[in-house]
Amino acid sequence: MKFAAQAWSNGRARAGVLQLGSCPYAIETPALLLSTRKGLPTFVSPDLLPSLPSPDSHLLQISPLHFVEGLSSKTISNIGGLPKMLGLHEYGFAAVLRDSVVCLPECDSTNKTGASFETPCGRLLIKPVEYMEMISSLKPDLWATLADEVPAWVSEKRNRTSVDRTVKWLDDCMRLSMTGGDVFGAIVGGSSIEERQRCAQEVVRRSVSGFWIGGFGLGESMDERFTLLTAVTDNLPAEKPRQICGLGLPEEVLQGIAAGIDLFDSTYIYHLTIGGFALTFPLDGIKRHVSKHVSHSQLSDIGRDHTKINLKATIYRKDTSPIVDGCNCYTCQNHTKAYINHLLNVHEMLAQILLEIHNTHHYLGFFRMIREAIHEGRFEQFRQKFIERSCDHILTAALSA
Amino acid sequence: MALRFEILGRFNRARAAQLTLPHFVCQTPLFMPVGTQGTIKGLTTNQLEEIGCQIILGNTYHLELRPTSELIDELGGLHKFMNWPRALLTDSGGFQMVSLLHLADITEEGVTFQSPVDGKPMLLTPEESIQIQNRIGADIIMALDDVVRTTITGPRVEEAMYRTLRWIDRCIAAHKRPNEQNLFGIVQGGLDPVLRDICVKGLVDRNLPGYAIGGLSGGEDKDSFWRVVAQCTAALPEDKPRYVMGVGYPLDIVVCSALGADMYDCVYPTRTARFGTALVPEGVLKLKHKAMADDVRPIDPTCRCMVCKNYTRAYIHCLVTKDAMGSQLLSYHNLYYMMKLSRDLHSSIIQGQFPEFVRKFLRKMVLVLEMALTFVPCIFFINFSLFCFVFCFFFFFTNHELFLVNLDHFFTNAELPTSNCIPFLASWSFHVTKSH
Repeated sequence: MKFAAQAWSNGRARAGVLQLGSCPYAIETPALLLSTRKGLPTFVSPDLLPSLPSPDSHLLQISPLHFVEGLSSKTISNIGGLPKMLGLHEYGFAAVLRDSVVCLPECDSTNKTGASFETPCGRLLIKPVEYMEMISSLKPDLWATLADEVPAWVSEKRNRTSVDRTVKWLDDCMRLSMTGGDVFGAIVGGSSIEERQRCAQEVVRRSVSGFWIGGFGLGESMDERFTLLTAVTDNLPAEKPRQICGLGLPEEVLQGIAAGIDLFDSTYIYHLTIGGFALTFPLDGIKRHVSKHVSHSQLSDIGRDHTKINLKATIYRKDTSPIVDGCNCYTCQNHTKAYINHLLNVHEMLAQILLEIHNTHHYLGFFRMIREAIHEGRFEQFRQKFIERSCDHILTAALSA
Repeated sequence: MALRFEILGRFNRARAAQLTLPHFVCQTPLFMPVGTQGTIKGLTTNQLEEIGCQIILGNTYHLELRPTSELIDELGGLHKFMNWPRALLTDSGGFQMVSLLHLADITEEGVTFQSPVDGKPMLLTPEESIQIQNRIGADIIMALDDVVRTTITGPRVEEAMYRTLRWIDRCIAAHKRPNEQNLFGIVQGGLDPVLRDICVKGLVDRNLPGYAIGGLSGGEDKDSFWRVVAQCTAALPEDKPRYVMGVGYPLDIVVCSALGADMYDCVYPTRTARFGTALVPEGVLKLKHKAMADDVRPIDPTCRCMVCKNYTRAYIHCLVTKDAMGSQLLSYHNLYYMMKLSRDLHSSIIQGQFPEFVRKFLRKMVLVLEMALTFVPCIFFINFSLFCFVFCFFFFFTNHELFLVNLDHFFTNAELPTSNCIPFLASWSFHVTKSH
């Protein structure tokens, strides 16, 4: 793996280039890692993947926990690891246990021997040795070390323990590692600035290729998050990439980037897709964009805001336009809102396939815009405009109510 | 009439043809996957094109409930609504009489359904069915027929057959777009050859663009099934397409094609995929089975589809029945298999290789031997030389004395009148029943 930060904007926000072993393309950061279910996107089949922007869509995040039921490590090794098993050859894979959808840390059952997770096949306690077995069979390009993630409300003592364990497991994992994959050291520390700093400083001392920041999206408020994030990133060397877990919304991503994060997962896309939502915010620079029919559609399109629309709403029943005019994703090139509305109404799987394609395409476009803004040194303006628009929207909604 | 049907090649009763429909030029024999609600579950339209689907079937009953035919019409028809450039066929809604009978009341006027959406009664008359289908705009539309289960006998079957004939005239009269849509009549009459004969004659007199053989695939035994198909295909005009409704097992398709049928539809390949079963030349492969968990071979090593080129049985095993992707990948493979079967049937007939194709097909089906056995008399009926092969083949595997005796009997008779088959068939059916 090679990484180089190339441009900074407004202090911490940075743009760079990440090169992974199994992916021949250099991937520009800040980047979105596509969240997967058992290695493939939840709904987008592998033959449709190439329709997404390339190489932006060539970073996939997998959770080894997905394979606990159904595929043994031995079989995965026999097949030859992730790229062969998934038939995806020019893609980079990052392994992280928590997928923020079906596999979540369960801190009460975590003990000194290993981390506990709630998974589709019940609660599992994963020890460093087991985790490393999974990693050596999957052979991802990069993997995060085992972490003891705790929610924001745990006691100071529990939080301290989580940092101690995470650092110890980092050493265990690295000692047990038999593969050539790059190691991202896990950094936790809950909502304590001191613990965040302590953990970051401890991890920086180890020979890791990058950093995986855990323990976010677990009950902390957005207001306190920025300080926590910078408490971590300010202690990290600039030349190594930083990945985060638990930040999904556009506002959260912008906040993370402002704190110097490079890699995000796409669980947000999954949640949008399952809910029947499609991203619609303009991608041609954030302009003041107040749609003419926003006010009259308020009543029937519950859940709509300045970034997305709810395609289950009856106002789309006869809407023969694509989700976003001019969008060149497979969905917008081929299908209308009316059709997707019908598919959602009759619970057809194609609805999710089409929505996941569009939403992924759109969100990758959002990241591209962010990178452009950083390169042009106007990230903060970009971020402000995006947030202002959201305020405008709330105002419009309040006025029309 | 809005179609052209040109026979390109024949082998005995089997034929390969080019069927030109308003939206697509199809090669028959062909299998039509079922896209009940304006989508084949889990597949995009460009995947379907890639797989080689020529005609997709939509269910009138479901489409009328949601999103309604008025909406489809307003938005420019089903082709445009679902963005499918190739051909479409809609059924009449009549089949739902069988599948949802407890909710339906059939009278001379039509069928009264209880709407599953809001519980209101919904009257479907022949006129209404055709109007709805005119609005949906498929290349082929089906006449409303009175469907009864093949397992039902007695006067109800006769009543349904005559009613189907009375309704066809109402359908023809109601059909407003004969130059853009082809109305197919449906042969009914249960398992009774006399009733089937009356129905075929009645429909042929109406000179329709194509004919379907209905009321089958409802649980009748294979022996009755192929006899009805054989009788109908023999009596239907040579220059019109023949569609056997609800047929989807690969073996059934091969048998029906040998008997001169051209079109088939069934939910089987996609439904079975969602339950974790893959279609393979040997029969079926249950991917949920434990043995698949460490099998690193592709589903079918001879298959060239996207799924078989990229994935192991072990990986598919961990997806099926748990993740959407399992259904998607298996549906893709199963439809690819069905389309390949259609293409192989077409080209083998044209190249005069049909018997060789059937032989190869049957040889691979060893694993579903029992199922194939029920068709042996039928294969014999179609082609004597084929039968000789089939005999040797099955003899090898079953070493059945009875079979030998019967074969001897056939060999000594140069001519093979159907009546000679009867004792043989009787004994054979007995054997098959016993072996189950």
